[in-house]
Amino acid sequence: MDYFIELLFSGLTRGAIYALIALGYTMVYGIIGLINFAHGEIYMIGAFTALIVATVLSLWGLPLFAVLALAALAAAVWAAAYGCTIERLAYRPLRGAPRLSPLISAIGMSIFLQNYVLLAQTSEFQPFPALIPDLPLLEPWAAVVGTTDLAILVVSTVVMVLLTLFIRFSRMGKAMRATAQDRTMALLTGINVDTVISVTFVVGSALAAIGGLLIASHIGQINFAIGFIAGIKAFTAAVLGGIGSIPGAVLGSFVLGLTESFATGYVSSDYEDVFAFSLLVLILIFRPAGLLGKGSVDKV
Amino acid sequence: MAVITPKDLRNAAGVALWFMFLTFPLLVVKINTVARTVEWRWQNLLWVGVAGFVASLVSRLFAARKLARQERIRQGLERQLPAAGRRLLGHPRLRLAAEVVLALFLLAFPTLFSTYQVNILTTALMYVVLGLGLNIVVGLAGLLDLGYVAFYAVGAYTYALLNLHFGLGFWTVLPIGGLLGALFGILLGFPVLRLRGDYLAIVTLGFGEIIRLVLENWSDFSRGPSGIANIPRPGLFGLDLTLDAAIVYLYFLTLAMVLFTVFVVNRLQHSRIGRAWIALREDEIACQAMGIDKTRTKLAAFALGATWAGMAGVFFAAKTTFVNPASFTFLESAIILCIVVLGGMGSIVGVIVAALILILLPEYLRAFADYRMLVFGAVLVAMMVFRPQGLVTGVRRTYTPGR
Repeated sequence: MDYFIELLFSGLTRGAIYALIALGYTMVYGIIGLINFAHGEIYMIGAFTALIVATVLSLWGLPLFAVLALAALAAAVWAAAYGCTIERLAYRPLRGAPRLSPLISAIGMSIFLQNYVLLAQTSEFQPFPALIPDLPLLEPWAAVVGTTDLAILVVSTVVMVLLTLFIRFSRMGKAMRATAQDRTMALLTGINVDTVISVTFVVGSALAAIGGLLIASHIGQINFAIGFIAGIKAFTAAVLGGIGSIPGAVLGSFVLGLTESFATGYVSSDYEDVFAFSLLVLILIFRPAGLLGKGSVDKV
Repeated sequence: MAVITPKDLRNAAGVALWFMFLTFPLLVVKINTVARTVEWRWQNLLWVGVAGFVASLVSRLFAARKLARQERIRQGLERQLPAAGRRLLGHPRLRLAAEVVLALFLLAFPTLFSTYQVNILTTALMYVVLGLGLNIVVGLAGLLDLGYVAFYAVGAYTYALLNLHFGLGFWTVLPIGGLLGALFGILLGFPVLRLRGDYLAIVTLGFGEIIRLVLENWSDFSRGPSGIANIPRPGLFGLDLTLDAAIVYLYFLTLAMVLFTVFVVNRLQHSRIGRAWIALREDEIACQAMGIDKTRTKLAAFALGATWAGMAGVFFAAKTTFVNPASFTFLESAIILCIVVLGGMGSIVGVIVAALILILLPEYLRAFADYRMLVFGAVLVAMMVFRPQGLVTGVRRTYTPGR
């Protein structure tokens, strides 16, 4: 039974992380219909920025709490900056181009960013400091649920609630929903679509960076290539839930996280990534609209 | 004539500052997590600033010039000329002369240069075959296949395994590799071809990774990450070839393979199915309305592309005499895609030129070898933004009535 609960928690933790990344995918897809292939790299850059800032600050002797807060802030700020720069350079000139062009551009961006970090930093795995201290409160259950697991669940829940409120009630959130529904119409009603798209990238990237920081302190090491697999899995989650739908992305992430956790726990850990990919292939074949998505019809 | 205004300078300075900010943590700070030391590389900040400033100014100048030129063309002051390369190629005698010189050069290559150079050129030629194969799928039919390397792996492992267990030779396995590639292409294509373009890309990517992961983990079947060694090179009527001779022989075989591929792709391009592919790429709905069987046409593109990857895989296994899953990562697919995109989707000459550039340049510019993938990524983005038609634009056959 303990094993089951352990797997359950590890699945939920995975799911929460996937959700933080999948939200960026789904928001961008909802608004400009682009699979932002470089999103996984944004997450990786967030984790790296957090690592660098945390290392420098802790060498300067700041208390752990301040280090954690500043590292998270820096990760979010820089990831957001990268996100909107990428949009400006690689996607905006391609609006109105054939569908495949921005996708190829995004793949190029993803390869570029991976190798940029590889060359600027290192190809080795970097140990990531445990930024989240163990709570003595959780001592009795330490075998099944760690403090980082709990922190990941709490932080991601809070972030998701804030995001939902932002999208539902803020002016910008309304503009985002309007743009997602019909970009031309939104433009006609005086919404600055360029700004909306930039904000979408900023928000999505910041979420991914928070995810990067959390998972890095959970796993304890990062390198330049972590974005690829994480990106594909988060994309799987977004598609599973119905791409373009925000609750769908969260639901899909938890389904994927739990599936992976139980499959690796009870079947085989060698094929961890195969489960996710197979799930992706199966959904796309049998239910391309996803769990909560609406089926779309191409009209002439 | 465009001049640099103070506004341009201010903008360029802004761009430079933004990129200095952007690259600050990753390019300037270098941490050593083991020794817990920090190295500050301020000179990088300077480089980024200068590069950002210059790049911004240059791109502004170019944009202004292009705009001015379009304006002149619109007013009828200047005529739009076809690209220089196309004008030269269009000249029949020049073209023939160029082809003869090229053919002689390729035939004499092994006598002129060392075995090492021959080996490199063989690799480049294999990428030409792969590029042309993927060109059928991506360039002609417009299906973005990110898992192309999976079929390449199928071909390579077909040769490795059939040789290991049954002792089959290169020539027997070559068609089998192609067929198995096609079979896998159809197996994958059948369920996924109903998907829209971008989903298809991701599913093929997933498929490519699944094949690689299975090869890595199913040790009883594929010997896992350690791979299969001692695969024989192709033989010549049972003659005992020295290593050098075998390499030269393989070079000529690859060259023949390239010629065969060019011939087939060229014929396919203008055939009924080739025109159906192009129609499908341009507008799927209109194409269906014209009575083209969408699924069958797509499936044919997938299967044919995969056939070429399968055969190239057999060549690869014969050339390196060793296969392991690490040769078939997503990056390999990305390199092949980069060849097709750089060359110009649907253009045979373009793909050949791009394959030679992308494979040979990094070989000879060893000093910059680390930057290879960085440049590939940048090339993909830049080509899409500035020149989506590629280096060489594919020419479409036109019908002129009464000719």
